[in-house]
Amino acid sequence: MNTVAEPQTTEYAVKTVNVIKEYVMGKETLRALKGINLEIRTGEYISIMGPSGSGKSTLFNMIGGLDKPSQGKVYIDEVDISGLDAYELAWLRCRKIGYIFQTFNLIPVMTALENVTLPMIFAGMTTQDAMDKGAELLQLVGLGERIRHKPLELSGGQQQRVACARALANDPTIILADEPTGNLDLKTGKEIIELLRKLNKEKGVTIISATHDLKMLDVSDRIIWIRDGLVDKIERREELDIEVGTVEGEEEA
Amino acid sequence: MSRNQESRSTIRRQIKLPNREALKIALRSIKIRFWRSMITISGIVLTIAFLTYVILSGYINAAIPFEKGELAVTAAQDNTRQYWLIGISLLVCFVGITNAMLMSVTERYREIGTMKCLGALDWFVIKLFLIEALFQGLIGSILGAILGALASIFVSFVEHGGTVFALLPWGQIFSGILGAILVGGVIAVLGAVYPARRAGKMPPADAMRTEI
Repeated sequence: MNTVAEPQTTEYAVKTVNVIKEYVMGKETLRALKGINLEIRTGEYISIMGPSGSGKSTLFNMIGGLDKPSQGKVYIDEVDISGLDAYELAWLRCRKIGYIFQTFNLIPVMTALENVTLPMIFAGMTTQDAMDKGAELLQLVGLGERIRHKPLELSGGQQQRVACARALANDPTIILADEPTGNLDLKTGKEIIELLRKLNKEKGVTIISATHDLKMLDVSDRIIWIRDGLVDKIERREELDIEVGTVEGEEEA
Repeated sequence: MSRNQESRSTIRRQIKLPNREALKIALRSIKIRFWRSMITISGIVLTIAFLTYVILSGYINAAIPFEKGELAVTAAQDNTRQYWLIGISLLVCFVGITNAMLMSVTERYREIGTMKCLGALDWFVIKLFLIEALFQGLIGSILGAILGALASIFVSFVEHGGTVFALLPWGQIFSGILGAILVGGVIAVLGAVYPARRAGKMPPADAMRTEI
């Protein structure tokens, strides 16, 4: 079961070395990250936890290639992102990282299929190939019947499934999920978590999610706690099992 | 895993997309926000109708021989005043388009952020908004030009009677209409430049924002 979670190779999907991020606000400098060192292996399922204002989102943006560190290095798929220009960053975001958002963020004017094919079109794939692959991906997430529906004609859970398919469009190394179950009810949230776990196992894609959802922690290989701009602790799932089990039991009762 | 090995540490530059894709997305945006677009377009329709009316009235009056020289002088004075009015109405139209497009950019911050997360380049986002504005400008201008032309012909018909149709300078009328449409299109695109640049510069992380 754990073969993917414990890869034999030491390939890192994400590695951060002493990452510091400062924001200048008027005269004051706010240090959101104060030296983060992380190593996330390819194929891991990681949850990042932390209270709001802990620097969690900043770290998350950094890992996703959405922001650059003030100091230190961020390696995504073993490439240092601080040296990349706008075109290279766009390429990286397009090919290496798939994004899933709390608010689903499907393009409202496009059908499910068109939403899934959009990243492939950005990657330069021909329309026909993109359509074929998009239909295949929607089948994989269990929406094979609804490829012609617009986002507004789909339920929240279904929209998030489309978003999962879209995240997989260009076979990324990493899927970055920002509170993927935050806008979903318990049952649909659980389905999405199971879907992510399935994709993680079957496709070997690294999943990194920021979450408050305890169900999410239960399937993670490791949980990284961020507090006050630093890594507070990193826990493996085994260390957490009992605790999460009881809390989830209460939640579902 | 072989996929990772072959692609590892070879970062390439994101390609520029064919305009066709931008065109497709922009047209769909107009279609889905049809009534909203119509409000923006109506401003252009009125401005361009006025512009066409003034230009064509000038042509038509010049083509029709006046009996009294006095009348021609007042007509010329009228024209200067009207050109001032045209200038102001074009300016108002320009500001209106900028305003409408800025609203549209603010409203779609999440959509724009998402596209950038998926690999869209700044230039692609800019193009989306410029194309959208161009089409709104053209649709508005064509409607406005037709309206203005009909009005000017109607007015000259009322003033001079049925004989006017034989005297109408059709070539000039046609080129006047084309010119007015061109002006409308250019104004719309110019008005959208600033909002489009703002959209292009929007950071992709905005896609994660949950509040507005």
